[in-house]
Amino acid sequence: MTRAIRLLRRRLVGSVFVLLIVVIGSFLLLEAAPGDAVDAYIVSTGGDAGMIELLRHRWGLDQSELTRLANYLWALLHLDLGQSVTFSRPIRDVILERLPTTLILMGSATALSFGLGSALGIYAGARPGSFRDRFLSIGSLALYAVPGFWLGLVLIVVFAVDLRWLPIGGIETIASAKTGLARAGDIATHLVLPVSALGFIYLALYLRMMRAGMAEAWRQDFVLAARARGLPRRRLVLAHVARNALLPLVTMLGLQSAQMLGGSVVIESVFAVPGLGRLAQEAVAGRDTPLLLGIILVSAVLVIVINLLVDLAYAFLDPRVGAGEAGA
Amino acid sequence: MKRLHRFFQTPEAIAGALILALLVIMALAAPLLFPGDPQAIAGPALLSPFQHWSLPLGTDRLGRDVLAELFHGARTSLAVGLTAAAAALLVGAVVGTMAGFAGGLIDEVLMRITDAFQTVPSFLLALAFVSIVGPSLGVVIAAIALGAWTGPARVARAEVLSIRERDYVAGARVIGMHPLEIAFREVLPNALPPVLALSSVIVAAAILTEAALSFLGLGDPNRVTWGGMIAEGRTVLRTAPFLSIVPGIALVLTVLGVYLAGEGVVESTAVRRSLS
Repeated sequence: MTRAIRLLRRRLVGSVFVLLIVVIGSFLLLEAAPGDAVDAYIVSTGGDAGMIELLRHRWGLDQSELTRLANYLWALLHLDLGQSVTFSRPIRDVILERLPTTLILMGSATALSFGLGSALGIYAGARPGSFRDRFLSIGSLALYAVPGFWLGLVLIVVFAVDLRWLPIGGIETIASAKTGLARAGDIATHLVLPVSALGFIYLALYLRMMRAGMAEAWRQDFVLAARARGLPRRRLVLAHVARNALLPLVTMLGLQSAQMLGGSVVIESVFAVPGLGRLAQEAVAGRDTPLLLGIILVSAVLVIVINLLVDLAYAFLDPRVGAGEAGA
Repeated sequence: MKRLHRFFQTPEAIAGALILALLVIMALAAPLLFPGDPQAIAGPALLSPFQHWSLPLGTDRLGRDVLAELFHGARTSLAVGLTAAAAALLVGAVVGTMAGFAGGLIDEVLMRITDAFQTVPSFLLALAFVSIVGPSLGVVIAAIALGAWTGPARVARAEVLSIRERDYVAGARVIGMHPLEIAFREVLPNALPPVLALSSVIVAAAILTEAALSFLGLGDPNRVTWGGMIAEGRTVLRTAPFLSIVPGIALVLTVLGVYLAGEGVVESTAVRRSLS
């Protein structure tokens, strides 16, 4: 496992720099926002000019920009994201409360788009140029052109308003006092539509990548050799062609995580799912800039962690990764 | 002409070109066919489509002409999509060229910044940027470009890395050209084709991002946007779903047209390359 540890170490060092740039960037955005934490505090509590001065001094807001940046970094090192204006609570607590919902939503949507997308991609790529290949290629392009929030609304109109099969929004039935499995089932039915809206958009991406990779692999010598050995077609398609096209999809899984997080903002707003994305919209509506930037920082950390995990999975799947740097 | 001929060989490319042509006509004709404010009240509220000859697509919750809004929305979508994509391609090409050509510390710093921008979900970044600076057309364009320049930057850098070792670059050095002049007059133009190949994807993403921003109420309040129309219709989703469905179909067709035309361009140039 030393290969994985080496990879992890190199990635972690790079991640620290990236995170530092994100932090400085969000500090600059915070500075650019009109008003500061004292203004926001005074709006909710009221107070005179003398009190404003006192608070500015006490919170270190009358110091130079560099000192404030240092204070900001110091607070972040202690995992202190500041105080939310709209919720009047520590930002960290608010975000941690919303995070699991978004992770469930993202995880399920990723599983749906990756699973179904690569399966359909294999189906299309098994016979490049055939009717089903062309049909799926055009169909996936059309699907990729659909805005997620609009697909969500259409799903609501069809399945929640007309057919009444599924709930219109929210994460669980309010005041139903369900526990255990019944509650899990309730949450699952609430998640069917948002997960579909989020997952179906990205399904097209995996389908197209899988198909393109397979079309490429069919032209390779090893496939010709496998064919010459008289391998059954099913085995040829799955174990040779599709398997070789699968690796780039794993990389895509990491790259897409940032997109998925961004997409969940609108989807969560459409379906009123109380997750991180909906929180971002609430922060915008409440002009709560520190909360919004806290969400951005947490998302950046989340994306870095997901990409680290994907890299480790990739190293596990492809023995060539990291092996060449034994001396480094 | 030959290239144009090659472009129109696949049915996909023809469909894409037709959709885009229709869209451009809609955008250009909007002020002629529907002069005056598209946000003005034109008839009774919530008129269904195909009920009245002067209001073919009906009216929304406030009695505004849906067809006029649709035409004027095409203007916003196209303007934002094309400008934001052009800005992203320009910034990306310049940053990528500088990183690839300079190498060393400059390369390292620029690429770490690129990494940072790719780590933050671009939609969240756009959301934060617009909500802090305030919604207007220019700010929305800047916000979208802010999250879209990283792809072109990476592609440009990779291309420049291979170009800077070529003989004509060495020649330019020998005759004493300034490094900046070499980078932007000799290297950048030659690194552009693969960067420009990204444009259809970036235009499409920009149109979708603009729609999502205005859906969340962060579009320019003085302009009609398809995303804003969908959000408006959402309040009467149970009784008048067509108000959300119609602008959504326009969005899907637009983005699909951009994709199809983009594929046509890539395919026609790929043929050209394999022939030469």
